[in-house]
Amino acid sequence: METAPKTALEGKAPSPQQPETILQDYPDRRDTLLSALHEIQRCGARKSWITDQEISLVAQHYHIPLAELDGVVSFYKMFAREKRGSHIIRLCDSLSCRVRGSLDLYHHVRNKLGISTGMTTQDGIFTLEIVNCLGACDKSPNLMVDNTLISGLTIDAVDALLDGILEAEQ
Amino acid sequence: MACKNYILVCGGTGCESSRSDEIYRDLIKEAELQGVKEEVQIVKTGCFGFCERGPIVKVLPSESFYVGVKPEDAKEIIAEQVIKGREVKRLLYKKDQNTADTVKVKDIDFYQKQFRVVLRNCGVINPESIEEYIARDGYKALEKALFEMTPEQIIAEVKASGLRGRGGAGFPTGVKWETASKAPGDVKYVVCNADEGDPGAYMDRSTIEGDPHSILEAMIIAGKAIDAHQGFIYIRAEYPLAIDRLNVAISQAKEMGLMGENILGSGFNFDVELRLGAGAFVCGEETALLRSIEGNRGMPVPKPPFPAIKGLWGKPTVINNVETLANVPVVLTRGAAWFSSIGTDKSKGTKVFALTGKINNSGLIEVPMGTTLREIIFDIGGGIRNGKKFKGVQTGGPSGGIIVEKDLDTPISYESLISLGSMMGSGGMIVMDEDDCMVDVSKFYMAFCVDESCGKCAPCRIGTNQMHAILDKISKGKGEESDLDDLERIGKAMTKASLCMLGGSAANPTMATIRHFRDEYLEHINEHKCRAGKCKDLIVYEINPEKCIGCGLCARRCPVPCITGEKKQPHVIDKSRCLKCGECFKACKFGAVTKR
Repeated sequence: METAPKTALEGKAPSPQQPETILQDYPDRRDTLLSALHEIQRCGARKSWITDQEISLVAQHYHIPLAELDGVVSFYKMFAREKRGSHIIRLCDSLSCRVRGSLDLYHHVRNKLGISTGMTTQDGIFTLEIVNCLGACDKSPNLMVDNTLISGLTIDAVDALLDGILEAEQ
Repeated sequence: MACKNYILVCGGTGCESSRSDEIYRDLIKEAELQGVKEEVQIVKTGCFGFCERGPIVKVLPSESFYVGVKPEDAKEIIAEQVIKGREVKRLLYKKDQNTADTVKVKDIDFYQKQFRVVLRNCGVINPESIEEYIARDGYKALEKALFEMTPEQIIAEVKASGLRGRGGAGFPTGVKWETASKAPGDVKYVVCNADEGDPGAYMDRSTIEGDPHSILEAMIIAGKAIDAHQGFIYIRAEYPLAIDRLNVAISQAKEMGLMGENILGSGFNFDVELRLGAGAFVCGEETALLRSIEGNRGMPVPKPPFPAIKGLWGKPTVINNVETLANVPVVLTRGAAWFSSIGTDKSKGTKVFALTGKINNSGLIEVPMGTTLREIIFDIGGGIRNGKKFKGVQTGGPSGGIIVEKDLDTPISYESLISLGSMMGSGGMIVMDEDDCMVDVSKFYMAFCVDESCGKCAPCRIGTNQMHAILDKISKGKGEESDLDDLERIGKAMTKASLCMLGGSAANPTMATIRHFRDEYLEHINEHKCRAGKCKDLIVYEINPEKCIGCGLCARRCPVPCITGEKKQPHVIDKSRCLKCGECFKACKFGAVTKR
């Protein structure tokens, strides 16, 4: 790993706006729905999921039934309806990462954080997720912290990264 | 004053994640500090493709090729190269780590056999500068299409070029455009499929990051050809850098009057908007992609009608993949005859492959169709890592298969790969060596398909689950020989009866591995043995009492812990509690922990 943990933290740019304000920028056209959901999911400090209240707001804005909207949201892996940690660790699990040892990394991260896939640490700092391919296969294994890609990982590098984030959080 | 030197810093995702942005910044700072700002132009470009050795810095005109550069090296590069005109020897690319012989860009094996059409501008221009794109004949094809050609002539030219879809299926692009242009409809759309999801493929990301304007130009040309005025690029949200570059490119094109209303005064209008995916692989399937743009669950619908007749909001829609579109401006500027002179009889032009896995030079490569896999893996890729033995190369992602040693001399084309039981797919090539288990690989792809099946049709939803369950059983040493027949039977049913190609091709990796590596499957079943040591349940870790000196390192590393022993006495692993994590194996400095 060559990226300093600091950069990883900078990658996350939560929108300070309220969901109501965000929606004003989106015309009531269904094709803008996913983009709006992406933005809403990131709004407010340290938020990375979509609340019930926001779902109702979006449903009203686009004039679609709640159940249908929930169906759309639940279809896409990147949208979360439950609270997630302030940093989302997305470990790449493509074959090119696997043949270069991503499974070992996964077990290591799981042991270190004491959570398995889809879970959030008790202190609310990390959520661990598995993604299919981050498209950086040449420098595998890879992971993404929030919006920042980190490549060429080793166990030591992951340790440094996670410790760095923990330290910054405390 | 003309610049004496050009320093090109790779700004692709791979190099950027290795601090190439800091290198870029430091080079500028150093040039200023050392007072040579006027003599050197520092440019951040798209991907050079040689990602394995990144971050890469190239200096022109000396053609110095620096690999593994660190921000700290900026000072020396400026001081030596710019001021003294000497190369920084220790950073130059060397063919062999042990020799001092350095090589110029044009002589590097990795580049020699390549032929760059799609990646023509990647690593050459600054992707955030429309001027540099224009200087390299950018938007010239658009000018030609708008002022010198009728829509029919554009379509005829694309048809004559023999360009086929690079997303995997290989449908002739010109025919697709013709269908959409003839389809009745007042409104039509052009969609770029940038939902690159195949594990191991990243050429679309690199093309967008390195040359975003080529995609925009091609979309406007397609718009003119089929009389559409609106385009959408559907791109994965996992590619933040590519999204940024497209946004920059779109606003630049609009500012210059190359997009929007009355393009270049021709009276033709065309706009492009981005639509983001949200982590669903199936949205790479064209009908699912359209549903997703419309703001629905991204589930495929039966074809026909094809999108070219009834696509986005029921209107005729041309959907092309990123790499296909990147070829279009070249087809118009250099002509169909030139384009069709490259490649094989039925597969024209070049193909970009993402060469990854157990290979020495992993990276993005572009070769003429008809190049053999052996040339790609051994000449360009530099062979297998750590001197291991080549076992197979996976092409076509979860829809493809595995190609083995004996077939490596086949010239690559859409048809030849299918006849080998694999497919072109989007161009991922994952090279595997003797340490990779084929049961594990096919289980991996099946798990992927289970996860990504949208659940709409039964053959795919149930079939992938059943096949995964059987593969899982085999990998745990609990399989029976009849399981192989079951796998083949379910696979056939899925291939025939699934609604879209996700299910229709999900069985391919399993079928291919059974065909080529049946003995390996039988070993798992009959001997409960995984020769590659990848199937965890079949591995046994033991401590050789003769080699163990009782240092206790393994016991301290064991997470269970299940390793016991007195100090300075041989230790023992309690196999009933062992998790088989392999930590002890990795920890032991005396080779006393064995794995079998």
